[in-house]
Amino acid sequence: MPPAVRIENLTKHYFLESVAVRALRGVTLTVNHGEFVAIMGPSGSGKSTLLNLLGCLDRPTSGRYILGDDDVSRMNDDRLSEIRSRYLGFIFQSYNLLPQYTVVENIEIPLLYQGCRINEKTRSRCIQLADLVGLADRLEHRPMQLSGGQQQRVAIARALVNDPHVILADEPTGNLDSKTSDEIMQMLIRLNAAGKTIIMVTHENDIAAWAKRVIRMRDGVIEADEPNAQPRTAQEVSSAFVSTLNSLMSASMR
Amino acid sequence: MEKHLLLWDKSRRSFVLALRSLWLHKLRSFLSVLGIIIGTVSVITLMAFGEGNMHDALEDIKRQGATNLIVRSVKPSDDATNQRRTMTLNYGLTYADYDQFLVLDSIVSSVPMRYFPQEIRNLHRMFNGRVVGTTPGYQNVNRIDLVEGRFLMDSDEIDEPGDDNELRNVVVLGSDVAEALFPFQTAVGKSVVLNKHQFVVVGVLKDRSSLTTGGLSEDFNSDVYIPLSTCRGRYGEKIFIRQSGSRSGEQVELHQVTVTISDMSKVRDAGKVITDQLERSHFKKDWSVTVPLDRLEEAERARNRGLVLLFFIAMISLTVGGIGIMNIMLATVTERTREIGIRRALGAKRSDITLQFLIEATVQTSVGGILGTIVGIGLVFVLPWASALLLSMHLPAHLKWQPVALSISVACFVGVVFGLYPAFRASRLDPIEALRHD
Ligand SMILES: Nc1ncnc2c1ncn2[C@@H]1O[C@H](COP(=O)(O)OP(=O)(O)O)[C@@H](O)[C@H]1O
Ligand SMILES: [Mg+2]
Repeated sequence: MPPAVRIENLTKHYFLESVAVRALRGVTLTVNHGEFVAIMGPSGSGKSTLLNLLGCLDRPTSGRYILGDDDVSRMNDDRLSEIRSRYLGFIFQSYNLLPQYTVVENIEIPLLYQGCRINEKTRSRCIQLADLVGLADRLEHRPMQLSGGQQQRVAIARALVNDPHVILADEPTGNLDSKTSDEIMQMLIRLNAAGKTIIMVTHENDIAAWAKRVIRMRDGVIEADEPNAQPRTAQEVSSAFVSTLNSLMSASMR
Repeated sequence: MEKHLLLWDKSRRSFVLALRSLWLHKLRSFLSVLGIIIGTVSVITLMAFGEGNMHDALEDIKRQGATNLIVRSVKPSDDATNQRRTMTLNYGLTYADYDQFLVLDSIVSSVPMRYFPQEIRNLHRMFNGRVVGTTPGYQNVNRIDLVEGRFLMDSDEIDEPGDDNELRNVVVLGSDVAEALFPFQTAVGKSVVLNKHQFVVVGVLKDRSSLTTGGLSEDFNSDVYIPLSTCRGRYGEKIFIRQSGSRSGEQVELHQVTVTISDMSKVRDAGKVITDQLERSHFKKDWSVTVPLDRLEEAERARNRGLVLLFFIAMISLTVGGIGIMNIMLATVTERTREIGIRRALGAKRSDITLQFLIEATVQTSVGGILGTIVGIGLVFVLPWASALLLSMHLPAHLKWQPVALSISVACFVGVVFGLYPAFRASRLDPIEALRHD
């Protein structure tokens, strides 16, 4: 099985007037299935740029990016959209739910763009996912009616709905207090325990401490890449959770 | 197949979302589609009232008979010397002309008329009216209704004019004549005196003035009708009208012949044949051929011109409305930049974004169009009622389905056209930039 993500000598330059900002200067990285990676580094070190490239929201200036079986470094806009909808899940710092939609409808969005017909089956899948992240009693609520932690749970359910190869999280706890942050991280740990590959950007050591592998960046290159000897101990992940998630993920939607 | 269903799913989503945000921002949406609403209202009402007016006018012309040809005697104006020498001016249609018209094979009926002013008496009561000598066919051609008795009949006409005893002295009175000579009593069976001859009243006509709106101001109600043969027997082959204060006068055999043709498509040709005939047999231009169908088509041309004008008004107001929509859509796109970024990150293609905003614009303008249609139809019903009540003015309205369908579909179309640019702008946004937007 190929690694989940493989990038080779990736560079990204931004061109401002005549000046080129070299945000990434040759990054090589492999992430295998089932890993939980934290990317750290000072502001301006290129974390977001890297995550945007990994998320197929942007194209590299040079280098290669293999996502699963596909070389996505030279794909056109439409193909990249397709890749995003099939293989990637996003969790943002500011949740980024659509305010007009209910919880269930928000979870449904990636399916719509993936080319699934919305029907009873997809609907019940979304409801089960909401249940999985602990929002079974909030299905018809709008984002405005939810707390930050609850909104981020909706975002997690939404990131899971298309059974992505990789979940990308950009400062997922940046807007949350420490107690809620821990809840969200527990949730991510459980997903990872169930086999999900997670790449997360953070600048907080406390948060990075949950991950199994920590990558440190500086000035657009990887400075350090080492396994986390002692990740923070999570609660026991129930086997019921794992089997529910796995049965949900394996159910074909197409 | 699957692909179409998918498109349908996405469209339905955008549609529901569009309706939702329309409802969420009621006032704003209302203001932004106000232009469309006003445009639609004006198209529907202008169309209905214009059509109503035209409808009335056309009905009027049709009443005259679109299959009719009206041939009249006309006093030649250029020939003053002739008049002085003979003192009596002979002109106009002749019985020979009338017989010749009957040769036309497309002819259904041909009604000759002669008319002249005449004093009508019943004992001491007297009425200055007009005698019309004609045939029973007159009733059909002019759609005459009677309040009592009957109109002239074939049996009133005799084949051999001249034999005094055979002439039937029967008369049908116009409503004013009947009222003046026989107030508060039935006229039928009584007799009146025309030019010293006793005539028996056999029928009285309904008031005809209401039938002759628009243009024609002839007062048919002071006419009396007698059989043509009787008219020829009693008044002579030619009607002599003396000009007051002189010994000169004019003589005419027939004043008018109304020819009815079997088919509208043959009216023009028949008109040409008759014109040819008259040109050959008359030395002077002492006749005229009128084709009501021409007037009909003229009126229809006028209506079409009106429609074109209306079309431009509609286009202008809907363009103004469309610009309003474009304005609001551009603002919406800016306002919802982040949403666009989120959707793109979650896998929306550019075309998905375009479709979404296009549908949103179209839903807005369509809702505007439907609202405008409702208001417009309301006005079409209320305004005539109100103007009758408050101004006692007749305001004819004729609502047709075409302008309604047209304005709704144009409203839709305006949404597509003016939504296109904002939707395009939305789809070109860079996902990363859009996600960063607040
Ligand atoms: N869109 C852009 N245009 C120009 N320069 C950019 C853009 N995005 C990022 N940069 C620059 O690239 C460098 C890396 O930025 P970024 O990836 O956002 O860092 P981090 O997320 O680690 O703070 C910074 O110097 C930043 O100014
Ligand atoms: Mg950043």
